[in-house]
Amino acid sequence: MKIDNSLPLEYSTEENRLKILGFWIFLGAEIMLFGTLFASYFTLVDRTAGGPNGMHLFEIGPVLIETFLLLASSFTIGLGIHAMRLGRRKAMMTFFGITLLLGLGFLSVEIYDFIMYVHEGATIQTSAFTSILFTTLGTHGAHVTLGLFWGLFIILQVKKRGLTPETANKSFIFSLYWHFLDVVWIFIFSFIYLKGMM
Amino acid sequence: MDFFDRFAIPHPSPVIYASMVAIGLTVLAIIAGLSYFKKWGYLWREWLTTVDHKRIGIMYLISALLMLFRGGVDAIMLRAQLATPEAKLLDAQHYNEIFSTHGVVMILFMAMPFIMALMNFVVPLQIGARDVAFPRLNALSFWLFFMGAMLFNISFVIGGSPDAGWTSYFPLAGNEFSESVGTNYYMIAIQIAGIGTLLTGINFMTTILKMRAPGMTLMKMPMFTWSSLVANLIIVFAFPVLTVALAMGTMDRLFGTHFFTTDNGGMDMLWANLFWVWGHPEVYILILPSFGIYSEIISTFARRNLYGYKSMVYSMVVIAAYSFLVWAHHFFTMGQGALTNSIFSITTMAIAVPTGVKIFNWLFTLYKGKIEMTTPMLYSMLFIPLFTIGGVTGVMLAMSAADYQYHNTMFLVAHFHNVIIPGVVFAMLAGLTYYWPKMFGFMLNEKLGKWTAWLLSIGFLLAFMPMYITGLDGQARRMYTYSESTGFGPWNMVSFIGAAIMAVGFAVLVYNVYYSVRYASRNISSDPWDARTLEWATHTPVPEYNFAQVPQIDSIETFWDAKKKGHVLFKGKYEKIHMPNNSGMPFIMGCIFFAWGFSFVFGIWVPLILTTIGIFICMALRSFENDHGHYISVEEIEETETKLRGAN
Ligand code: HEM
Ligand SMILES: [Cu+2]
Repeated sequence: MKIDNSLPLEYSTEENRLKILGFWIFLGAEIMLFGTLFASYFTLVDRTAGGPNGMHLFEIGPVLIETFLLLASSFTIGLGIHAMRLGRRKAMMTFFGITLLLGLGFLSVEIYDFIMYVHEGATIQTSAFTSILFTTLGTHGAHVTLGLFWGLFIILQVKKRGLTPETANKSFIFSLYWHFLDVVWIFIFSFIYLKGMM
Repeated sequence: MDFFDRFAIPHPSPVIYASMVAIGLTVLAIIAGLSYFKKWGYLWREWLTTVDHKRIGIMYLISALLMLFRGGVDAIMLRAQLATPEAKLLDAQHYNEIFSTHGVVMILFMAMPFIMALMNFVVPLQIGARDVAFPRLNALSFWLFFMGAMLFNISFVIGGSPDAGWTSYFPLAGNEFSESVGTNYYMIAIQIAGIGTLLTGINFMTTILKMRAPGMTLMKMPMFTWSSLVANLIIVFAFPVLTVALAMGTMDRLFGTHFFTTDNGGMDMLWANLFWVWGHPEVYILILPSFGIYSEIISTFARRNLYGYKSMVYSMVVIAAYSFLVWAHHFFTMGQGALTNSIFSITTMAIAVPTGVKIFNWLFTLYKGKIEMTTPMLYSMLFIPLFTIGGVTGVMLAMSAADYQYHNTMFLVAHFHNVIIPGVVFAMLAGLTYYWPKMFGFMLNEKLGKWTAWLLSIGFLLAFMPMYITGLDGQARRMYTYSESTGFGPWNMVSFIGAAIMAVGFAVLVYNVYYSVRYASRNISSDPWDARTLEWATHTPVPEYNFAQVPQIDSIETFWDAKKKGHVLFKGKYEKIHMPNNSGMPFIMGCIFFAWGFSFVFGIWVPLILTTIGIFICMALRSFENDHGHYISVEEIEETETKLRGAN
């Protein structure tokens, strides 16, 4: 393995650079995936079939908490990567840990939200609107869930193996993923929640 | 008993029972054969666990040929049923199932893996790389495709085949009108294979963008590599749309959601739109690499460099962009109004322009070329006029007002077979013949190869030209029969004869393989066609590491320059080479995905949950794994190189 020390650790080997580019391309595909979900959402949003619509369901409180938690986690993972670049393993692991806790908080509020929706008579089977609502939010939530496990595995690996080109690379890619989920959430927040409450 | 009832065929026939027996016997024969010849270990070590792009390419190739056979049998049955009016060979339900599986198998499980086969084998060699960017992921892509294909293929003996067409339009594909699990198979088998394809797209884009030999700038890449890059770009942007559409369709059928239903606000046209937002780019995913193959072959056998390299590249990029802007031409008649139709008419016609540019480039390459009519070249020469007919009828279909007459008639069926058979299938057979010596170390027989090319062309013309006529006359597609008074009878008989001639053509191809395995000379050079690109610069058989030294590039046709102008391709001493390790994980994951898909199709939830957990465990294991590959030492390289040099 050739290590190029002029580059940050996560970019330092050929394999690492390939992985980072490959992951960016993967994110391109993810944009299409969420783009399709959003397009379908806009198509179906008014098809409530007499069931509840966004005005009925959405409450600003939990949504703001979710937004705050996820945005904060995006910030902390940024700090984590910063610490990693400085070679401060402990600090990095702490920030990653905080990120995951914030993510877990986000997920809990989202699940609470879902339960509230169901209580108000909106299940995934109620109407085209609720089907696409749960699917879009659920896809994002599933990504966060996966991210929690993935992030945990990465913390364990950094703990065991230290900051090597490999673990640094994984951590960096994970941070890209996490930021991406944050960006998707901003779209969900603006175009599903805020627009739906207007 | 109820539990087992669902696995029964809802609409059985003796043919299906016979196939069950045949499938059972074949599986037994394979198991017995492998055990008798003690080949299990070989199979596992050399193939099932391989991460070598060349072997993966060959596995794609074998799968594609098998699926070509399956789809071909479907086709013959369809044509036989239509050969005479009011025929009773198949009933309406069987006819529906057969045209649905024919379409899916041919496009997704034949044409796609065929392209993947050539891409896998050729692209890393063409750019002078040791393998693809993510070899392990590449194996996973293959196994996902393979398991998806197998899952789809067992549908007709377990539970029933899909019967709503390869387009699977809702509400027809909903539970109300498609009760059997057939459409579940459609949704889930294609989902699994589609994820594999998406991963391939990411893998090959990274490979081509990052792993080219030093000196090979983007504008010095061989045309097939360019076409693969563009096709993979389309894959990355088109396949997620399919993923979403299939997931929604699955949920509608199994979880009672209302995406495409006719009640509770569902919108059946949403499926049609999503399907074609993927579906139209998909046809370009098929045709662009085919164009790439033709470009390689035409410049090799016209003994000239490709005319208009830059315009070839730009036209492909333009096609890729346009391919996302024309999808509504597939349902002009489904009520989106005059303005929308006009816009999509114009974008569709516009896409014919860059396609035409490419045709002229090939013609100019041929002009003043010293043409050598080998089998691959013969296919290319047949392709140009035949494909042009298909392109012209495409433009006819693109006129939305006129499309009310053509839509969903045999005219449409003639159009897309007219572009796909001479366009894609001929390209794949040409590519197969062209790359065969690099893959297997001997050439296919030229005379038999030409017989196949001619039989396929004549059979193709007889089979599909009459459909333009009956289509204009109003013969609808997907109808299992017609009355004698329509007068379609004789033309359909001609079509059947054409289909039979094509079947003979494929039989000759099979015989050709057999004949060449037995009799062809093994004493061929590593560059038997006197070709121009890098893949011919290494030995035959290609060593595991492809190139002992990384080639140095300074023009579009470096290998040609090396042969004719004394350019030095390989400089310096051997160095140890880093290679990835084999792994059983992709295959195992593929198997779990198969079980996952099967449980999903039948809604057996406990195994579904267990297999889902299994998939995540595999991913977790991969995350924790510490696998740094291995090195091939300089001595080993020297030994291999001396041996291979001696062989040539
Ligand atoms: C010159 C460029 C082309 C034009 C203008 C064109 C135009 C069209 C139009 C307007 C339709 C829809 C007609 C209808 O449903 O009434 C259509 C269908 C189709 N085309 Fe093309 N096409 C072109 C090239 C191709 C190529 C290169 C391929 C494949 C390699 C292809 C494959 C198909 C398929 C598979 C369908 C319809 C499938 C179905 O409905 O089941 N076309 N084409
Ligand atoms: Cu199209």
